[in-house]
Amino acid sequence: MKLTVDGRTAYAYTGGVAFDPALPCIVFLHGALHDHSGWTLLARWFAHHGHAVLAVDEPGHGRSDGPPLPDVGALADWTLAVLAAAGVQAPAALVGHSMGSLIALEAAARAPDRVRALVMIGTAYPMKVSAALLDTARAQPLQAIDMVNRFSIGSWAAKPSFPGPGMWLHGANRALMRRVLAGPAAQGAAVNLFHHDFSVCDAYDGGLEAAARVRCPTTLVVGRHDQMTSPRAIAGLVAALTPQVVTVDSGHLLMAEAPDAVLAAVRQALQ
Amino acid sequence: MAGYSDPGFDTLALHAGAAPDPATGARATPIHLTTSFVFESSDHAAALFDMERSGHVYSRISNPTTAVLEERIAALDGGAGAIATASGQAALHLAIATLAGAGHHIVASSALYGGSHNLLHYTLKRFGIDTTFVRPGDLDGWRAAIRPETRLLFGETLGNPGLDVLDIPSVSAIAHHAGVPLLVDSTFTPPWLLRPIEHGADLVYHSATKFLSGHGTVIGGLLVDSGAFDWDAAYQASGRFGELAAPYDGFHGMVFSEESPTGAFLLRARREGLRDFGACMSPHTAWLILQGIETLPLRMARHIANTRAVVQMLAAHPMVARVGYPELESHPDHALAQRLLPRGCGAVFSFDLKGSRAQGVAFIEALKIFSHLANVGDCRSLVIHPASTTHFRMDDAALARAGIGPGTIRLSIGLEDPDDLLDDLKRALKVAQHLDGRAA
Repeated sequence: MKLTVDGRTAYAYTGGVAFDPALPCIVFLHGALHDHSGWTLLARWFAHHGHAVLAVDEPGHGRSDGPPLPDVGALADWTLAVLAAAGVQAPAALVGHSMGSLIALEAAARAPDRVRALVMIGTAYPMKVSAALLDTARAQPLQAIDMVNRFSIGSWAAKPSFPGPGMWLHGANRALMRRVLAGPAAQGAAVNLFHHDFSVCDAYDGGLEAAARVRCPTTLVVGRHDQMTSPRAIAGLVAALTPQVVTVDSGHLLMAEAPDAVLAAVRQALQ
Repeated sequence: MAGYSDPGFDTLALHAGAAPDPATGARATPIHLTTSFVFESSDHAAALFDMERSGHVYSRISNPTTAVLEERIAALDGGAGAIATASGQAALHLAIATLAGAGHHIVASSALYGGSHNLLHYTLKRFGIDTTFVRPGDLDGWRAAIRPETRLLFGETLGNPGLDVLDIPSVSAIAHHAGVPLLVDSTFTPPWLLRPIEHGADLVYHSATKFLSGHGTVIGGLLVDSGAFDWDAAYQASGRFGELAAPYDGFHGMVFSEESPTGAFLLRARREGLRDFGACMSPHTAWLILQGIETLPLRMARHIANTRAVVQMLAAHPMVARVGYPELESHPDHALAQRLLPRGCGAVFSFDLKGSRAQGVAFIEALKIFSHLANVGDCRSLVIHPASTTHFRMDDAALARAGIGPGTIRLSIGLEDPDDLLDDLKRALKVAQHLDGRAA
């Protein structure tokens, strides 16, 4: 589904079902250098089980117009604007992965009356990125993709395979990041999305203040083998949000590495 | 780097896609010989059918053992995923049928395996798919043959029978400029030798019957997608590939490129091609190919070492007019081979005996270790004399047009002791030499 947000096209995958804003809405927010396609199994399941689903491509990513927005705050405002553009009146659930989890947190803090549940998957606060990785992302983004891909996936044999049998997650994730990286250039923009997104994560410093303003139930879903956002790095969020914490057997790409466990966790969070 | 986060090729050949069986602890991949899989509930069944959850329903569409093999070859080829098929021919058909239909067109190398040539030149014509053949090294020819209705470019990494080396970077650039993908048959070059995706190929397939299985026991094919081709961009630019970038009535109106920009081809190929054409791989076959792949690095190193020894001997033998192996400077694609195939140019090649068809026959019949049969890529060494077998209906002029002489011999070098292979060949060459002038 295409929406117009701030005068630009915003794309949202609706899970294979026509979007009905009268149903309980879930917004899925992807991480750095990704797009909606990391959510397709979850999105399809919820869309076929009584929910209105918006798995968005954030500005400048995938099918949404650029430019990419400069910080987590702007992305949170954009997320709330997506809800308005889609005609969603009732409070929505926000489910974010990695960078998307920070956007969801900030949006839940900025508009507590419009958010009924917050789910942060593969998250950490602060979400600092090493100077070496930022430098590599700026100078050699393809090399940086390979570095991140190595540390994002916790298994050589994640089952069931995502999005279906026969897919090799390491290769598919690498191909997706390369494609998202190339997107702005295809639209004529000179933006290094890898460096941009990781800088957005690194620069976000309002997490604990945002957490203090969140009023909805919160769930953190963490990967036991996550090397990108270590399970140890949620201590501040746990203290501030007093969330449910679900640990699953996964690396950082939880929705792809452990789709059934993440589905169960999100179902429980939204009940 | 090295280690669990960045495993090397040999480690992936043993582990990619496989883990100890969670139900039994079995370390080797179990053979799941079952047609179907029990649903947890009606809701689970519906979710599997609707792609809300991942899993197995029916072994024509997917199977846990076969899926391990699919992930394994995708890992080794640097792809996003793969589909196992009943044969290499089935893999080629699945690739074409996913992207092309009546009224569409293919540009293919003229140096193809005979079975592939038959499919493109004769059979697909009956279904409305036309093919233009170009010499693999004729880059202008590739470019000029592309039409608005062209759906893919296709060639073999090492062409048949002369081992023409496909200039994958150049041909893929031509394909991408025209907005179509490049499909390559990499049967002669398993990924230990060449990873075509790294050089620009979009789709790769193997007759896994050959080196991947490696033991001459099973028939199977593997089709790998790089995940790199942008089907949406091509559709928007030219209307091509609506099969992947527009709603598909045959599966709930799904737009496969929307579900997965990088997995769209494989989703459609599985959800349509395996579902409707049904040329799937048996889990038992998949298991045997997995056994082969586990030792692929070791076997390929030996295949190449033995091949080099045989090539060197033949190239210096007075009864041999020509050896067609790209590592030799005399081969027209020697420089390209140096660039694309530094580990070796495979273990299948042809050479020309000086002499008649009868001498070729005498040579073959004198061999004791080489098996005379129509296959390649076995662990045992194999031989065939095209003029008296696969091409026996052709006169010498027709053979010459096909790049085959009356004394052309094709060898597939196996894993035997190299000295034994050399002895067998030298002895058979002597027999052919003694026939000179008597039976020609």
